[in-house]
Amino acid sequence: MAVMSEALVPGAADASAELPTATLREMFRFMLLARVLDERMWLLNRAGKAPFVISCQGHEAAQVGAAFALARDKDFTLPYYRGLATVLVMGMTPTEVMLSLFARASDPNSGGRQMPAHYSSRRLRIITQSSPVGTQIVHAAGVGLAEKIKGGDAVVWTSFGEGTTSQGDFHEGINLAAVHKLPVIFQCENNEYAISVPQQQQMAIASVAERAPAYGIPGVSVDGTDLLAVYEVTRRAVERARRGDGPTLLEARVVRLTAHSSDDNDRAYRSQRELTSMRRSDPVARFAAFLHEHAILSESEAQALRAELAAEVEAATVAAEAAPLPEPESLFDHVYA
Amino acid sequence: MPEINLLEAIRQGLDELLAQDARVFVFGEDVGKLGGVFRVTEGLFAKYGPLRIIDAPLAESVIVGACVGAAMNGTRPIAEIQFADFIAPAFNQLVQEAARIHYRSNGDWRVPMVVRAPYGGGIHGALYHSQSIEATYAHVPGLKVVAPATPYDAKGLLKSAVEDDNPVLFLEHKKTYRLIKGHVPDHDYRVPIGPADIKRPGEDISVYAYGLMLHYCLEAAQLLAAEGVSVEVVDLRTLRPLDVETIVESARRTGKALVVHEDNLTGGLGGEIAALIAEHAFEALDAPVMRLGGPDVPAMPFAKPLEDAFMPTPAKIAAAMRKLARY
Repeated sequence: MAVMSEALVPGAADASAELPTATLREMFRFMLLARVLDERMWLLNRAGKAPFVISCQGHEAAQVGAAFALARDKDFTLPYYRGLATVLVMGMTPTEVMLSLFARASDPNSGGRQMPAHYSSRRLRIITQSSPVGTQIVHAAGVGLAEKIKGGDAVVWTSFGEGTTSQGDFHEGINLAAVHKLPVIFQCENNEYAISVPQQQQMAIASVAERAPAYGIPGVSVDGTDLLAVYEVTRRAVERARRGDGPTLLEARVVRLTAHSSDDNDRAYRSQRELTSMRRSDPVARFAAFLHEHAILSESEAQALRAELAAEVEAATVAAEAAPLPEPESLFDHVYA
Repeated sequence: MPEINLLEAIRQGLDELLAQDARVFVFGEDVGKLGGVFRVTEGLFAKYGPLRIIDAPLAESVIVGACVGAAMNGTRPIAEIQFADFIAPAFNQLVQEAARIHYRSNGDWRVPMVVRAPYGGGIHGALYHSQSIEATYAHVPGLKVVAPATPYDAKGLLKSAVEDDNPVLFLEHKKTYRLIKGHVPDHDYRVPIGPADIKRPGEDISVYAYGLMLHYCLEAAQLLAAEGVSVEVVDLRTLRPLDVETIVESARRTGKALVVHEDNLTGGLGGEIAALIAEHAFEALDAPVMRLGGPDVPAMPFAKPLEDAFMPTPAKIAAAMRKLARY
């Protein structure tokens, strides 16, 4: 059972009551953009044009809901490799994502140095990520520590999977943030798999949020396919952080709608029944239905939006593919600042 | 110009950096009220308060890792690892994160931070309070590694390290803390990262060292002088990047080279320096490059006879110098 503090009981109703329909539509636009972009990357991979893809599919509501609760002109994010929707909301463009997929010189994430989905942009305060998992959690605590030292009011948001909670850096980072009441939000996107290893072999508890009381901070587990529920719990965590009351551990329970990566075959460890049934938890379909139900976005409007985003992604793909690769001599650039 | 010990020089440097730049803070175990287990930060907590001199949880990965994050948010952190032997849990943060962030972000992010770490033996510290870790980290592009041997160099290099836009591992030989005294000017000065320093000019052989071994080499050189052998002693000071020009130039001039370090012989800095001299000064050499390093055992034992057997000493160094001079 998830542990929820009094102050952080999720309630989608409060949030949706407050949000203007234009914002709800914008949220949906980002979810759908992430999905369309992600699907396009898989096609490019299967066509032999992109060596590696790692997916955000199934995590869109958890990421868009959270990112909309942040101050996009001020706050820091340290998203892990499934954070495509996060970085799109924070300001990265589809073309910039595609430049990274194709390892082009003008890729703002790394200039084609890192594998795709290792997001970074100093302009957007997206802090560069590596592949060993959990390293960003202690960085997030440090960004928060600096914010406290400087007397600023930016909030720091970081994400990771449930497998990463087994790492020492998960403990060390959250503990430091808790001790010093640092303005950090730790979002675990729990899709129940660390590549092939299921949650019950990763931890002996039902919810990652149960760990929060041991650090003396609020923990909340939320349905990560419910965008407005995630938005609401994150909004409260952001308020708490900005007030100087310290960090929050959020668990967004999501589904991983793809294999771990383009090099994985999840049929080796997931049953056909599971592969079929998880589709019913698709957060994009869920939010589309919500908007339709509340007469915020009609089916034809949704279709038109999908076509518009497909065209945007196509243009991004063409532009990125045409961009030059890094020059071999640039191998030696930026070893030292 | 007053004479102070190496530990006091580092403390002075920290004090001046903290006073001059509000972005600078110190983060490590026991650095607050206690002033660090060696007392390097003594008095700084009272002067700068708990937001500038911060006692860290007992966890090295977050000591280094939080500084990496803080450095990317406009501060200039100085992490203290209590003993260099305890840095291993932070290896990932230092090598895979701090050292690679500027490169992997194609120059977008910078990590201006310093990790101070007391290293070295000869103080009855046994396996886990005596280690020399420099070769492991000097192997890593993206990191800078310095190992000053004198109070003047320690203070000057500390300022350069904190003002550098890259992660710098600042190694302090703990036996030199109170043993080594020297003059430190009152005025604000820097010792640049990179250049080695010829601490004793000589003509017959070149000896390369750093940290405590630098002083042992100077002692040994004094003995050799009485025997009519003129020894040049080069203080490397910076271990990455190495001062290739000074290293090679000295070897070319004397034709004979000896590298001395306390770190294990195999894979130590001596191998790299020997290779540089072989590559760039081969035709000027009158003898094979010699190395004198710590023995290839896992670490320095506690019992005095074993510790003595491990440590290079002025006598052992003098013997190596004689052998090289006679070659």
